[in-house]
Amino acid sequence: MTDVGDASPENWERRAARGLAFLRRRITGEYEVDEFGFDPDLTDNVLLNLIRPLYERYFRVEARGLERVPNEGGALIVANHSGTLPLDALMTQVALWDHHPVGRHLRMLAADVVFTMPYVGSYARKAGHTLACNPDAQRLLADGEVVGVWPEGFKGIGKPFSERYRLQRFGRGGFVSAALRTGTPIIPTAIVGAEEIYPKIGDIKPLARLLGVPYVPVTPTFPWLGPAGLIPLPSKWYIVFGEPIETSGYDPAAAEDPMLVFNLTDQVRESIQDTLYRVLLQRRSVFF
Amino acid sequence: MTSERTLLVTGAARSLGAAVLRDLVEHGSDRRVIAVDLNDPEARLAVDGVEHVRLDLRAPAIATLIAKTRPDTVLHLDVLAAPGQAGGRTAMKERNVIGTMQLLAACQRAPSVRRLVVKSSAAVYGSAPRDPAHFAEDTQPHRPPHSGYGKDCVEVEEYVRGFARRRPDVAVTVLRFAGFLGTGVESPFADYFALPVLPTMAGYDPRLQFVHIEDVVRALRLAATGDRPGVYNVAGAGSLTLSQLARRLGRATAPLPRFLAPYLGRVLRQAGVADFTGDQLELLTYGRVLDTTRMTERFGFTPAYTTAQAVAEHARTAGIRPLIPPDLVRGTEQRLISVLERHGQERAGRAEQARSGGDGRG
Repeated sequence: MTDVGDASPENWERRAARGLAFLRRRITGEYEVDEFGFDPDLTDNVLLNLIRPLYERYFRVEARGLERVPNEGGALIVANHSGTLPLDALMTQVALWDHHPVGRHLRMLAADVVFTMPYVGSYARKAGHTLACNPDAQRLLADGEVVGVWPEGFKGIGKPFSERYRLQRFGRGGFVSAALRTGTPIIPTAIVGAEEIYPKIGDIKPLARLLGVPYVPVTPTFPWLGPAGLIPLPSKWYIVFGEPIETSGYDPAAAEDPMLVFNLTDQVRESIQDTLYRVLLQRRSVFF
Repeated sequence: MTSERTLLVTGAARSLGAAVLRDLVEHGSDRRVIAVDLNDPEARLAVDGVEHVRLDLRAPAIATLIAKTRPDTVLHLDVLAAPGQAGGRTAMKERNVIGTMQLLAACQRAPSVRRLVVKSSAAVYGSAPRDPAHFAEDTQPHRPPHSGYGKDCVEVEEYVRGFARRRPDVAVTVLRFAGFLGTGVESPFADYFALPVLPTMAGYDPRLQFVHIEDVVRALRLAATGDRPGVYNVAGAGSLTLSQLARRLGRATAPLPRFLAPYLGRVLRQAGVADFTGDQLELLTYGRVLDTTRMTERFGFTPAYTTAQAVAEHARTAGIRPLIPPDLVRGTEQRLISVLERHGQERAGRAEQARSGGDGRG
């Protein structure tokens, strides 16, 4: 899967052969899907290819500190959430698969509304994501997967533009308990650039209620320009994976100690907030 | 308590009951086996060495039978999965719920009973988008079933819990099975897979899990012959998504908008092709996967067939032939790839020749 370099022009025969093998597997069903519905064959060969241009060309993402994500075994990526649509999560997935030394799949914990939506929900599962709940998080971490969580949830992704890069409350710290129970490291991750893709300056609440979605954003371009307003602004992104916070030193029973869980949650939150401010200071412009 | 060990099996005239009886007789001991059903078994389902009794579980006659035969183990398999098997939803509900109540009432009065095994179903978890990826035995389902087989199973399990409270000396085992597949299985899903084109819900690709009928029989024997009280999920390892399953069976799918689902169920039912009820349509939309840790670790059982193997085996024995044979697909792929390889080698050869030729001259 990492032989992307082989896709040189003189090797088009091999690429075509790989495509044929993929087609054959899709026709006969000879591929594996895990119990969460993750379809690595489809994700690696189709889904990631669809969003890769956004990563490489459009947002020109610079990923730093990828070596802090272990080459094997479980890890919990905790990051800030922004941008109205969860593109930040998808870009993190591309970073870990394309640019991590051994290429790791990111298994994200997504909000329940994702799985109630047709197409969105089923493709989220195929891409390796599952419902944000403790049993799923723990099982994935125990299986040695890299799990991604955006604990601000809708408070983060749907916050107004004026509050950009200010971290919201971090849920109830469920992700910390899952890491403690499985002894996996927590990697605080800061994403800069996603705040500017859809600057949310308003919210059409009645329409959101009608559609059953958390918000319907108003941006400088949406809904004024119609579908063209859905094109995100081409901000320049940085994804910074921070120093891991080890949890293997604690007893698994420590997950039942609310004070410890709160303290660790705060530690993760502060680490992300510090990195956000540091990267923002270094950033020359939003778009370059 | 009893000098002669006796086993009482309900729902004995159906294919699962017959398979369980045959297995018990084969691996049998010197046990006396009494098989109860509302109907006489068809000739092919009758098992030698078993006393068949025709009896309506909904009537108190079962109490007399239990008092007379003094069984030490009761294996309750008479929980029907589809209305067609009982002749209508009302009859099915009565047989499942009232039948269980009568049986439990009779068992409660019988001091001879030491062990009760009940066939339940994973349908008790319902099926909803907001549930965790796996259902463990103690998972609180987000949307418990409100109709059909799932509701019946929930009610049956409630009565069984009540019985276990009142008779703490009886070892009660409840097995929650994933959908059955395999030789001779009659179930809504078996009917569904036999359709030439599989109707699906547009935009949904459920994760499905199955258990092979041979594993069901083995699990029931294990429960009936050893003390393993508790509630256990029983399913083949792994799961398949519906789209993948259709491809492995070589069937085309016809995605339908979800609002048509109730009509689809009715059409299939009335045409007599598949006995699909509301809760099965939910399953076809959101899917369901069981956590089987407790089954392997505490119940001490590992199914011989994974979910994928159970599906493959079912397709083989039920004679489900793919529309496009997989060998044809593979053959075509191989032919195209060899053409590509030859092309690549020829060009590489030419390039090599050109290079060495150039070197020679220089």
